[in-house]
Parts: sequence; structure tokens; C-alpha cells
Amino acid sequence: MNLPERSLAKALIYITYKNGVLDPQGLAVKGALASLGFEGVGDVRVGKYIEIELADSPPEEMKARAEKMCRDLLANPVIEDFRIELPASDALDAQDTQ
Amino acid sequence: MNFAVIVFPGSNCDHDCHHAAGTVLGQSASLIWHKEADLGDAEVVIVPGGFSYGDYLRAGAISRFSPIMKAVAAHARAGRPVIGICNGFQILTEAGLLPGALHRNASLRFICENVHVRCETPRTSFTRDIPAGETLRMPIAHGEGNYFCDPDTLTALEDNDQIVFKYCDAEGNLESAANPNGSLGHIAGVCNPVGNVVGLMPHPERACEAVLGGEDGLRIFSSALAGAVS
Repeated sequence: MNLPERSLAKALIYITYKNGVLDPQGLAVKGALASLGFEGVGDVRVGKYIEIELADSPPEEMKARAEKMCRDLLANPVIEDFRIELPASDALDAQDTQ
Repeated sequence: MNFAVIVFPGSNCDHDCHHAAGTVLGQSASLIWHKEADLGDAEVVIVPGGFSYGDYLRAGAISRFSPIMKAVAAHARAGRPVIGICNGFQILTEAGLLPGALHRNASLRFICENVHVRCETPRTSFTRDIPAGETLRMPIAHGEGNYFCDPDTLTALEDNDQIVFKYCDAEGNLESAANPNGSLGHIAGVCNPVGNVVGLMPHPERACEAVLGGEDGLRIFSSALAGAVS
């Protein structure tokens, strides 16, 4: 099947507390899991997941743009780290249909 | 003295601050919408509490890009008094005008109660009338007031006398039970290196008249009447 040419591609951005920053939500979720009887649960960290559609361009360019967005707005460098994924568009299509 | 209170969509302590500076303190006070580009003849800037932009993404993260914030930053760089209260404190840290960050309270609860804070330094624009070691009673009302910075920043804050208020008990002791939100080192307020920009989580504007339960907060605003730090 021929897909139409894509003008937008997604960047997947994961924002988490830095190591050493207390994550009260993670602790609360860990406590809730324990109270439900789940065993063998170590640390739980709760973060944010952001999908951004970006004008399709070479992966290095897209990543650089997403990194700048993270530094300027999406993450607070004092307390948060970020990680960016640029999935192949085929993989995204597969996800969308699940 | 001309006080300017910045109004963002979602500010909810703007009129309280305007009342404290204008009616209670008897100064000239104006409300300035965040879309404005300049502060007019303002000498003291108040960035008030509330939930600007609904606290979307992070408290204060989006407000820092409002047009008026360029003028607030220029005012701060010129050594003139700027105070951020609660959400205003969050905005000033997000804007890089104050060090550190305010994240979720350790208890995960929104806390609305009276607390005591100890003034740590009288050298700032907003503590000149308050001797170090003196205790003030003011209300807090926040879900994200848990002050955090990295160890190097904390050392710099201590070395440069930038910690302005610490949560304490009524006698001024730093008991852990007196730290309401898990803040690092009991920090309730900090300033920039010069001391003209101050941020704090408690609400001085809600403690400016006896009818509100206390007048301690008025001393923070009256301290600013001495003008810019030299």
C-alpha cells in the first residue's frame, strides 16, 4: 500500500525527575502497589510523556529541535531530565492501529 | 512609591496584593495585564499568587513567556525591587530570576494553613524592616512549594546570604514538623545575589490587617519603601 507522503513526524518525549529529587507521586504509587499485594516492587518514578508532531526533517535536525524545546520549556533542568525518541513512521502507524 | 501587580490569566491574589499595597500601605498601586510590554512608572513589582495558565506543564512554566516578563526581568536587572509570592515565586524561578525550583509537596497534599517563617537576612529589598532571626506568621496555600536545588546551588545560597525565609515553629526553631512541604533546608524564600528580587511561598498580602488574623506580612511590603538596593 502506498502511504501519502508525510509532512509531519512525531517526537516522543519522556520527562522524569532527576536522580536524587524526591518523587512523592512515585512513592505514593509504590505504597499503593504494595497495599494491593504486588511484591518485588523497587523504586517507582512517575514522569510525563509528551508527543509532538514536527515538520518531517532529518532525524538529527528533529532531535535538535526537540532538545531545544525541552531545554526552553518542556523540562525544568533544575529538577527534571528528558529523553527523546524519534520512532520510524511505520512503527507509529502500527501503534496507531492497535 | 508606585507598586505594580502583574495579572496573568489564573492569577487570584492580584487584588489582595493591590489592596495591601494601595489601601493598607497607602501607596500608589496598579494592576498590569501580562500582555503589556512595559511597567510604566512602577518602582516595586509584585508577581502575585494563583494558578497562572492553570499550572499547565509546571507551575509558572508558561507565564514566564508572557510579554510583561521581559520588562520584569529588566526591572530586576536594574536592581529594582521585584517580589514573587507563591505562584509568583514559581514564575520567577522558571524565568531564571531566582535559583532553584518548586515541586510537588512531599505530602502530595495542597496545604492551606498558617505557618511561621524566620527571617534569615535583612539585606533584601523586602526584609529591611525585619531583623534576622525574627519570626513572622503568614498563611501558605500551595500544592507545589517544595523547594529544591542541587547541592552546589544550596552552598552558593548559603555563602551569598540568599536564603531569606525558613519555615520554623512559633519560637523560630527549625523543627522538622514545622516544614510543611518538604522544602530543602526548610527554605520558604530566597533572593537573587543582589537582594532586590525575592520569592517566597507564604502569602504576606493575606496577613496585612488584624481583621485577617495578622499584620506580619505588611512588613515585607513596607520594607520595599526604601527603594532599590544600592
